[in-house]
Amino acid sequence: MKLYLKIWRQLNTSSKGEMVNYEIDGVSEHMSFLEMLDLLNESLIQKRERVIEFDHDCREGICGQCGVMIDGRAHGPLKNTTTCQLHMRSFKDGDTIYIEPFRAKAFPVLRDLKIDRSAFDSIIEAGGFIGVSTGQAPEANTIPISYETAEASFDAAACIGCGACVATCKNASAALFVGAKITHLALLPQGKVEASKRVLTMVEQMDAEGFGNCSDTRACEIECPQGISILSIAKMNAEYSKAVIFRK
Amino acid sequence: MIDSKIPDGPLAEKWSNYKAKAKLVNPANRKKLNIIVVGTGLAGASCAASLAEQGYNIKSFCFQDSARRAHSVAAQGGVNAAKNYKNDGDSTFRMFYDTIKGGDFRSREANVYRLAECSAHLIDQAVAQGVPFAREYAGYLNNRSFGGVQVSRTFYARGQTGQQLLLGAYQGLLRQVSLGKVIMHTRHEMLELVVIDGKAKGIIARNLETGELERHVADAVVLASGGYGKVYYLSTLAMGCNSSAIWRAHKKGAYMAGVSWIQFHPTSLPQHGENQSKLTLMSESLRNDGRIWVPKTAKDDRNPNIIPEEERDYYLERKYPSFGNLAPRDISSRAAKERIDAGHGVGPMKNAIYLDFSDAIKSQGKDKIEAKYSNLFAMYEKITGINAYKEPMLISPSAHFTMGGLWVDYELMTSIPGLFALGEANFADHGANRLGANSLLQACVDGYFIAPYTIPNYLAGELNAPKNDILHPAFDEAEKAVRAQLDRFLNSKGTLSTDYFHKKIGRLLYEKCGLSRSKEKLEEALKEIKLLKESFEKDLLITGDDALNSELEKAGRIADYMELAELMCYDALQREESCGAHFREEYQTADGEAVRNDTDFCYVSAWEWKGKGHKPELHKEPLVFESVELAVRSYK
Repeated sequence: MKLYLKIWRQLNTSSKGEMVNYEIDGVSEHMSFLEMLDLLNESLIQKRERVIEFDHDCREGICGQCGVMIDGRAHGPLKNTTTCQLHMRSFKDGDTIYIEPFRAKAFPVLRDLKIDRSAFDSIIEAGGFIGVSTGQAPEANTIPISYETAEASFDAAACIGCGACVATCKNASAALFVGAKITHLALLPQGKVEASKRVLTMVEQMDAEGFGNCSDTRACEIECPQGISILSIAKMNAEYSKAVIFRK
Repeated sequence: MIDSKIPDGPLAEKWSNYKAKAKLVNPANRKKLNIIVVGTGLAGASCAASLAEQGYNIKSFCFQDSARRAHSVAAQGGVNAAKNYKNDGDSTFRMFYDTIKGGDFRSREANVYRLAECSAHLIDQAVAQGVPFAREYAGYLNNRSFGGVQVSRTFYARGQTGQQLLLGAYQGLLRQVSLGKVIMHTRHEMLELVVIDGKAKGIIARNLETGELERHVADAVVLASGGYGKVYYLSTLAMGCNSSAIWRAHKKGAYMAGVSWIQFHPTSLPQHGENQSKLTLMSESLRNDGRIWVPKTAKDDRNPNIIPEEERDYYLERKYPSFGNLAPRDISSRAAKERIDAGHGVGPMKNAIYLDFSDAIKSQGKDKIEAKYSNLFAMYEKITGINAYKEPMLISPSAHFTMGGLWVDYELMTSIPGLFALGEANFADHGANRLGANSLLQACVDGYFIAPYTIPNYLAGELNAPKNDILHPAFDEAEKAVRAQLDRFLNSKGTLSTDYFHKKIGRLLYEKCGLSRSKEKLEEALKEIKLLKESFEKDLLITGDDALNSELEKAGRIADYMELAELMCYDALQREESCGAHFREEYQTADGEAVRNDTDFCYVSAWEWKGKGHKPELHKEPLVFESVELAVRSYK
C-alpha cells in the first residue's frame, strides 16, 4: 500500500520542530509500524538524508522504549498495544498518518521522535523500591502472600514505563505511572514498611519534575498498553492521605 | 596456559571454600575504589547495586534511555531454583546434573554446581525486593516444570518473569543512585576498553545524545552487556543488542570462548518478508499443549485444517517418543529445520511448521486453553492476524541465546586482569546448550552472589596500586582509535546502509553457521565474510551528524559483527563433533542424531585475537568431569 506520512522533525531540544511530509510505497500489511519507519529511513539514506530518529528496542511490547503519537493517539489506534506491536493491517492504502513524539514538559524532545524520559527514573530513585540489600533476604516462603494480593500487585507492576499515560493526558500528569509503582509495592507485605515514606517522596519528585496534576479523565487508562487501572491512582491518593495524616 | 582457578575440595564445598578464603577490602577503603559496570540487565544491575551496597563507587552504563529496558526484560517463561517446594525430588545436585547434561557436557562442573547452589537464594532475594511471583491460594510460591526436566523448579511471574526480576534489580540500582553510590550513564555506549600495565582500568564511552566521547577510569571493569544473537539480524533479541563491548575487549586481549554455541529457539514466529526486523518469541510453554507437525507430503499447500490426520507427520512425537513435543530446544529446532529443508515447510514462505492446539481444545475445552495461553494467542493474532484457536500457529526456529561469550575463570574474570564478564556476556555455565529458565538465573547469580565476592578479592590487591587518571597515554590512544573509526563512518561515501550489511551477514550465518554446519559451508562462509568486510569498508553510507545518530551507532556494531562472525566460523570449524546447539553434518548417526566426541573435544575453545587479517589463536581449557559420568544425551 501507499501511505502519506506527516512526521515531526526536530534537530535538538532547543531547536524549533516542524511536520514534514513523506510518501512511502510498497508497505505490506504484515509489516509492523516501526518496520514501515525502517523502510522510510532506508529510502532517506538512499537520498543521503538524515534518518528519522525514533526510540525502540525489543519490538515485542515489553521494554517500553518505543512510543509515538499516531494520529493523535499514544501508540496508535489499537487498545493495549505498544507502537512496536502495531501492524500496518490497521491502516489502508492511501491513508495519511500523523506521527509525533510523546509530548510533555517533563519529556523534552531530543531529536525527531526521541524524547528524554529520565524524569521517570528520577521518580523511582526518590523511593520506588524496597530498601533491601543483597544477602539479607529471609527464606521466600516465610512471607506468604495471598493469591489475590500477588495478582493485584502484579497488575500494577506490569507497567513498562513507556510514558503513554503522560503523553495522552491533557495535564501531562504522571499519576498512573507513579500510582502503579506505589500500588505494586504497597500491596505487598515487604513493601508496607516503607509505604508512607515512599509515597511522600515519590509524589514530591513527580511534582518537581514538572508533571501536571491528575484530573481523573481516565485517558491514561485507555491508552496504557498494559491496561493499568486508574484504581492505582486512587490507591496512591489513599496512601498519600494516610501518610500525611500520620506524618510524625 | 589457561587457568580456570577452580577451588580445591569436593564439588559441593568448592564455593564455600572459595568464600572462606576470598580476600576482603576494609569498609573504610572501599570508597577509595571505583568500578565501571557496562550493561544494566539482570547481571549488570544486580552487580552494580550489590557492590555499591558494600561501599564501592560505581559508574553504570547502558545504551538504552533507562536502565530498566535492558533485554532481560523480554524473558517470559521463568527462573529455575532448586527449592524443592513441590517435594518432587529436586536438589542442588539434581539441578546441577540437569544443567550439565542439558549443556551436553561442555561446561565446568564447579561453575554449574555453584549456579544450582545459589539458585534458592535468588528467589529469596527477588521476593524481598517485591517481585510478584505466581502464588498458590494458600499464599506460598507456585512453580512449574519447564523445558525438558522432570521436576517443578521454575518460578514465574505470568509471562513477564524477566521484566519483574529486572524491575527488582533496577529499583535496587536506582536506590544506590539516590544514595550517591552509583552514577548512572544512560544512552551511553562503551566503544573501547582501556588497559594499563596489562590490567583493565577504564573505558571510552560515547554519549549517544551529544556524540561526545568520554573517558572513564576505574580500578576494575565489569562487562554485563548481554549476548550477540543479533549478529543473525533476524532473532528474538532487541534491536539494540550488540557485541561491541565484549568484542572490543576481545581485541584488547580478552579471550572469547565457545563462540559458535548459539541457541535457536524452537517456537518463534517465522519470517514473513524482506523488511522484517525481528522474530518474536512465543513462550515455550505452548509446547505443553500444542502438537507440532508438518504435512507428510512435501510442498503440500492445502489449508492445514483439511489435511487428514494420516497425512500429518508429528515428527517430534515420532522421533522422540518419550519427550515428544517437549524435547529440548536444540533437538526441537534442529528437527524443525530438517523437515523444512526437506521441503515440508509450511506458510507463505515455506519456512515454518505447525503448532496445533486442536487436540488440546478438543480434550480440555477452549476455556482451559484460553486460561493458560490467552495472552499468547492474542499476541499471535496481533502480529499475524490469525486466530490460533481456529487454525494452527506457524512457528519456526530463531537465533536466541549465546552460550558463548568472553572466556572467564571461576571468579568470572576474563583473561585480562581486572576485567570481569557477567551474565550472557560470558560463556561460563550453559555448555553447548542452555536449559529453559536458566538464563535469568545465571545473570542474577553472577551479579548478586558471585561478583560481590570475586571482585573484592581482586580489588584487595589493587588498593595500593598506583592510581591512574584519564590523562594516561592509554586513554589518548584508545580515544584516538574510537575517533578514527567514527570519522571513517561519518565520511563514508558509499551507497549501502548499515541494515543492508546486517541483513547480509545475518543470512549468511543462518545458512552456513546456524542450526547445522559443515566444513564445506563454514569454509565458504569465511570467504564470503571476507568479501563482505571489504564491501563494508568501501560501500557503506552513513548519513547524519556526529550527535544523536542511530545509523552511526549501528555502523560500529556491524563492523564488530563482521569480525565476530568470522570467529564463529573458525570456532565451528575446529570443533569436529556435534554437541548441543553445535551440529556438524559430518558427525551424526544414521538417523540424524548428534555424535559427540569426548576423546578429542572435551574442552572449552578459548580464542585469542591476533590482529586484523590474522587467524585467531585457539587455546584449549580441558573439561574435567569428576562427579558425573559423560553420557550420550538421549531424549528418545
